[in-house]
Amino acid sequence: MAKLLMKGNEVIAEAAVKAGCRYFFGYPITPQNELVTYMAKRLPEVGGVFLQAESEIAAINMVYGAAGTGARVMTSTSSPGYSLKQEGISYLSGAELPAVICNISRGGPGLGNIQPAQSDYFQATRGGGHGDYYLPVFAPASLQEVADLMGDAFDVADKYRTPVLILADGVLGQMMEPVEFSDKVVEELPKKDWATTGTRGDGGPKIITSLDLDIGGLEAHNSRLKDKFENITKNEIRYEEYEIEDAEYILVAYGSVARIAMSAIKLARKAGIKVGLIRPITLWPYPQEPFIKTRDKVKGYMSVEMSAGQMVEDVRLAVNGHAPVSFYGRNGGVIPTHEEIYEKIVQLSGGVKA
Amino acid sequence: MYQEIIISGLGGQGVLSMGQLLAYASIQEEKHVSWLPSYGAEQRGGSATCAIVISDEPVGSMIVSKPNSAIVLDNNAFDRLESKVASNGLLILNTSLINRKSTRTDIDVIEIDATKLASELGNQKIANMILLGAYIQKTNILKFDSITESLKKVLGPNKQNLLEINEKALQLGSDIVKIY
Amino acid sequence: MTMKPVFKKTKGLTEKATHYCPGCTHGIIHRVVAEVLEEMDVLEDTIGVASVGCSVMTYEYFNCDMTQSAHGRAPAVATGIKRVLPDRIVFTYQGDGDLAAIGISEAIHAAARGENITIIFVNNAIYGMTGGQMAPTTLIGQKTITSPEGRESVSQGLPMRVSEMIATLDGAAYIERVSSHDVPHIAKMKKAIKKAFEIQKKGLGFTMIEVLSTCPTNWGIDAIESLEWVKENMIPVYPLKVFKNLEEVK
Repeated sequence: MAKLLMKGNEVIAEAAVKAGCRYFFGYPITPQNELVTYMAKRLPEVGGVFLQAESEIAAINMVYGAAGTGARVMTSTSSPGYSLKQEGISYLSGAELPAVICNISRGGPGLGNIQPAQSDYFQATRGGGHGDYYLPVFAPASLQEVADLMGDAFDVADKYRTPVLILADGVLGQMMEPVEFSDKVVEELPKKDWATTGTRGDGGPKIITSLDLDIGGLEAHNSRLKDKFENITKNEIRYEEYEIEDAEYILVAYGSVARIAMSAIKLARKAGIKVGLIRPITLWPYPQEPFIKTRDKVKGYMSVEMSAGQMVEDVRLAVNGHAPVSFYGRNGGVIPTHEEIYEKIVQLSGGVKA
Repeated sequence: MYQEIIISGLGGQGVLSMGQLLAYASIQEEKHVSWLPSYGAEQRGGSATCAIVISDEPVGSMIVSKPNSAIVLDNNAFDRLESKVASNGLLILNTSLINRKSTRTDIDVIEIDATKLASELGNQKIANMILLGAYIQKTNILKFDSITESLKKVLGPNKQNLLEINEKALQLGSDIVKIY
Repeated sequence: MTMKPVFKKTKGLTEKATHYCPGCTHGIIHRVVAEVLEEMDVLEDTIGVASVGCSVMTYEYFNCDMTQSAHGRAPAVATGIKRVLPDRIVFTYQGDGDLAAIGISEAIHAAARGENITIIFVNNAIYGMTGGQMAPTTLIGQKTITSPEGRESVSQGLPMRVSEMIATLDGAAYIERVSSHDVPHIAKMKKAIKKAFEIQKKGLGFTMIEVLSTCPTNWGIDAIESLEWVKENMIPVYPLKVFKNLEEVK
């Protein structure tokens, strides 16, 4: 297939359609509006349904309803809207319904602004709503990766019966890059015999619920969920390593910031500084492996984020005291440049050697 | 080859589509490219800016803070970007809407009365193509053929009648640079 | 001597005994809904949406596929189901706290969209499950644990007439308020509920049946008195009436 030039938000939408998503419930919020707009036009073309809900809360609950029928369904939003969806996501997780949610995050807290940010990391990686749950979080760094990951996101959702989050920021949502959609074959997935579609002789009523008033029953349910989360952790971790073989210092960054960090690393390498990058692609489950194998060799890690310091906590957990961990971030919609990250690398490494 | 370009002006001047043309032409020539608009709350009448990175290797940072080249279409954009252009870089000005000279001596500055020239060609809106023609001629980073091919795509089937005037504008920009 | 059956339990309900308090009419309303679904022979095609409140466990009582929704969100959940499965029967079963307070937005917008679903809206003028708090539908002067001196309008607002309000929306096809306080009214209720489901089956749009109901436990009176209370106090404020009946559904 030929390379297409598309906006990030549109790539997410088209890749979802290609992954078999036929139902989308959305609500306008900047900077993800192109995604909703694209779905409004595209889904009817493939016999799907687009519906603009009256709120993010309604949208996620429509997703809950549609997911309960076994359909591939999705919603998208940006930070303030993602907060509103938390109730529904907690229910999706509790009732074990597969769905894909997309957060094209922006500056916060509160109404914040509409510029790119990564300050929803805690919310994304710690479940986000009430109760003991996690959801897989994919953080693509390029539009090609978006195109490649969307199908996986839906597969993971179906395979484990869980909501899955695509976490990107306004940079990825708004930018254009060439993309090529692959004709990936959908994985053989378990049959959705739990779906409520009307019994129609299928052996008695099915119930979708997250309610279990029996104390022992809920604990048993939650420990089953815990097993599932452990399974996901075992099987679904993704990350990329860049220039880490001989690295004395390792930057850790995800999404658009990882790209900027790579440019900074190129500058630093030219200046003779041995620095590399670990780029988590899944933010939950968080990759431990690349830290375990490097933490006794390197002189330090630096987490680079568009936040006041959130992922750095996971870096510290993964490094577990074996090496110093520092942080550099911009937030409130400010994007760090590769020049300023380069300056931080120079400081970290004690200056450029002559 | 690695080029960082910023194009900036007013909404409606065709700033974003100039950048998209560069991106399409880059794909045509199998180069890596990123296009990033700045976006704000206003829907119309505000400033419009986009950053384009064209490279032989996959594009890392899509954020451009020290562009090799800047094409600025109005005073505001000029004030914001003049100092940002990297040393030995290129600054192309639409002097129709810019009322002062650049004070930079370490970069190439090309001044074109583009909005006025576009009006003379018959459509004020194609000032952007004159400036783009000048940019391509000066930098040679992409072939004119790729730009015109991309133009066909961007204009779409309903606006092919505008192809000729756009090509004329590109040519005019290029001619101006040849004798600059 | 041969025995002759005088009452047969509907197949629309499961064997599970309900948890409702004595004198509460939820059980009657459940039975009526279930009978209608059985009589229409659509139990196998039906997906019900339970809400949050006393009727939170309805999914254990209705003998069809059921989904349990978040508080107030049942019409949104039903929308999601119906949009994927337009040929199924989808209904929500919601109380007045769930629908009129936290879920009023979802109810109004489902109606405004003409969503082809049926809402069974059970109004007993109080929050039952949480222990008797004031609801948007609580009557002026009615004592609840959060209006201990009786609801007064200046600081606690006035009762909300949901059926009247939703009937103003062009998207609503059929809106009727009925009561559960005596046998003739239960018969009328059944007629209304049947009509609503038939309209949905024909694909004619949004239907809601509001059923006045009792809460002897939280009203602080006995079962018999509470039936009387519906008649004496609720019906004057919440008149029994068809509020919306589109030409094409008549």
